[in-house]
Amino acid sequence: MDGIHDLGGKEGFGAIEREVDEPAFHARWEARVLGMNLTGGGGAGRNVDHSRHAIERIDPAAYLTQGYYGRWLGGLEIRIVEAGVLDTASITRRALELGASPNDLIAARPSAHPDRIDYRPAEDGNRRGVQREARFVVGARVRTRAHGVPGHTRLPAYARGRVGIVTARHGGWVYPDSNAHGHGEDPQHLYAVAFDGRELWGDGAEPNVVVHLDLFEPYLEPLDG
Amino acid sequence: MDDHSAPAIRAEAIESLLIEKGLISAAEIDEVVERYNDRIGPLNGARVVALAWRDPEFKRALLEDGTAAIARFAFEGGQTEKLVVVENTDRVHNVVVCTLCSCYPWSVLGLPPRWYKDPAYRSRIVREPRRVLREFGLELGDEVEIRVWDSSAEVRYMVLPQQPAGAARDSEAELSARVTRDSMIGVEVLR
Repeated sequence: MDGIHDLGGKEGFGAIEREVDEPAFHARWEARVLGMNLTGGGGAGRNVDHSRHAIERIDPAAYLTQGYYGRWLGGLEIRIVEAGVLDTASITRRALELGASPNDLIAARPSAHPDRIDYRPAEDGNRRGVQREARFVVGARVRTRAHGVPGHTRLPAYARGRVGIVTARHGGWVYPDSNAHGHGEDPQHLYAVAFDGRELWGDGAEPNVVVHLDLFEPYLEPLDG
Repeated sequence: MDDHSAPAIRAEAIESLLIEKGLISAAEIDEVVERYNDRIGPLNGARVVALAWRDPEFKRALLEDGTAAIARFAFEGGQTEKLVVVENTDRVHNVVVCTLCSCYPWSVLGLPPRWYKDPAYRSRIVREPRRVLREFGLELGDEVEIRVWDSSAEVRYMVLPQQPAGAARDSEAELSARVTRDSMIGVEVLR
């Protein structure tokens, strides 16, 4: 999904703002949002890929302005509403009772036709065996898929259609592109792939920079010669 | 954003409704919050780094299989199903990001700082890492290869910083006190 979350290489965000002695949470609500997410979100489910994709689908303006926990909150609300646990109207009614303004920007944008997520992990964690042999060896030159896909993916836009070198094989893992949508774990081989800065950014690249990404086999095509 | 902001109120609305439905409990949430506030943080990673500086055998194991090597510490916090530790040297400087999300090795570094999760760092570090690192106070010559690790899947990365000069006689505890969170993300060099 070509969403606002896919930030690598975007320009215009300015200086990085750091804080001295930063606390784990800047307000109580941030901690509550973390807690709600990590305790399973009251029925929102524990599919990490689905949860990531829900965050990608929040309102793009909210994505940039409501911070990390605002994004988690928006994603949580999407999942809760899409799972039929709560409905948007009752959440908004309660928020108004608690002092919200009717003009507040609400991050969640639940779909009217959500994916059916009934995730029962085959095993703990995300590592999985894959029957097929890995297609690429360390040192192989590969080209990444050129185009985006409508749903969840772990191939950032800045690395599409680029040539890189496989530097490590990470074994088999749950395939987020499938699992995020409730289409099964479909485990795939995962590789570390190194891209020269010039391959990614052209003549404007800084000298002697290599960007490493962890990419799933379906994103990669062999490059001969 | 404070506790009267729009997301703060909406979070309270959702929490109160879920509690009323009996789907979560406030105590359960408190427990998670306490864990991340008190027990999970960069001190864990600092202990790993200090041991690696002291014990070459541990360092070798850590660089080969980070998850297996840190198992002895039994850290809580998750996000290190596969931990890859990358070593800074005179010739290579590593730095970690997650451009698509904010992935971070929680069990060794705790929750990430706000700048790590903000758009400025996530957008810029893959494109102009030297410039970003200069803003963090790092001047690295062009002969030093910058390796940016964009944590795009479930593998998590931690940087093994170089041991600062003059630390040779430090105890392991003194060594770990020198290790900063930022040095393990790769935006600081220890002096």
